[in-house]
Amino acid sequence: MNTAGKRILMAKTGLDGHWRGPTVVAKALRDAGFEVIMIGMARPEEVMQASIDEDVDLVGLNIGGHVDVAVRAIGMVRESRPEVPIFVGGVVPPHAKRKLEGLGVEVYPPGSQLPDIVAAAIRLTGAA
Amino acid sequence: MSEQPVQNLSELFEQACAGDRGALARLISILERGGEAAAQVERALASRTARGYTVGITGAPGAGKSTLVNVLLGEALADAGRIALLAVDPSSPLSRGALLGDRVRMHSHAASSDVYIRSMASRGQLGGLAVATRSARRLLEACNWPLVIIETVGVGQVELDVASTTDTVVVVLNPGWGDEVQANKAGLMEVADIFVINKADKAGLQATRRDLEGALAAIPQEQRPTIVETVATEGRGATDLWAAIVAHRKRITASGELSMRRDEQRRAELRGVMEARLELALDKLFASDTVSEQLRAIGQGDVDIVSAGDTLLVELFDRQMPSRT
Repeated sequence: MNTAGKRILMAKTGLDGHWRGPTVVAKALRDAGFEVIMIGMARPEEVMQASIDEDVDLVGLNIGGHVDVAVRAIGMVRESRPEVPIFVGGVVPPHAKRKLEGLGVEVYPPGSQLPDIVAAAIRLTGAA
Repeated sequence: MSEQPVQNLSELFEQACAGDRGALARLISILERGGEAAAQVERALASRTARGYTVGITGAPGAGKSTLVNVLLGEALADAGRIALLAVDPSSPLSRGALLGDRVRMHSHAASSDVYIRSMASRGQLGGLAVATRSARRLLEACNWPLVIIETVGVGQVELDVASTTDTVVVVLNPGWGDEVQANKAGLMEVADIFVINKADKAGLQATRRDLEGALAAIPQEQRPTIVETVATEGRGATDLWAAIVAHRKRITASGELSMRRDEQRRAELRGVMEARLELALDKLFASDTVSEQLRAIGQGDVDIVSAGDTLLVELFDRQMPSRT
């Protein structure tokens, strides 16, 4: 596994203040050797711009239930950087999970295990 | 990381200079990875002599550098037109991973087409910058970004690469930061062109200002660093800071000091490039049998460590250096 120099953008598209989840995930990814760019709570335009400017290999969105905003962010990233994989975590209701998976993004709802998320990042960035 | 041949580097370079942010971002990644592709980018840059201006923001972790940069961008944008920011955070020496969090404080301009923000992991560099910060700055200047701001890793006292990389150095302190003894210590305090006392609404502002002024009193008035008070979270003092930067730029441009600084910067950059090359060559040498043999000889008492080092240096220059790594 070679995660050195692989870059992951982590953003919260939800407006809730639940930072714990993305912070824990970001630290796990850092410990696995990734460079994790945190942008905090961000509008879809910011997520898109950061995914371009930071030349990231993967985008992670914490969506906190706000599926429509996440869908917009996913659409904008797809348009500007179609080759970049996206994964989503946070509070994702079952119907939203299906909707997001239909867009081709991987979804890690509450209860997901950190090692699985890290493994997904390694696979999606081609660091395996 | 395996080095893929990057096709059309010069095309990528043209696109980056024509305003394609994706191309610019990919080029910086290439510079970060180093190796032959990075060397090719450097060759493309060499003939472009456009020179912008570079401001460095440094200070202890948590001093408020990122928040200050966020409000400074707002002040400077009208004058500069476009601004590129290189924000460096530390890589873990253990996992080599990094958590780059400077953008969290920079939402005001995060989606602006006139502001390019790039987070960089220090990747083992100890001087407060990343390996590729200087080459990224050269790239941005070559692509006519008129103002580059470099925010360093949170520093202690001696991480001073920023001083040999930027034209104006801003050192960010806080009230209660230390007394006059701290203010007189070597290192960080000697490289500042402008001091910012951020979080100026906190207790201890007057004492910090007094200690700082005491430490600077011996410097001739016209060269003495300006002290600016800010409360970055509220945007207070940002106008003063930008005015101080503009004034410093004017002064060193008029006095000819700027061109001297640029000479110093080139010297430091050249040395940095050579040090990186030497280190790579050393890494290769240390992976070779030659070093194992010398180590054995030292262990058996057949040769002393200094003579073994000399033998290996000869080996390094005769055999390792001519090949480009």
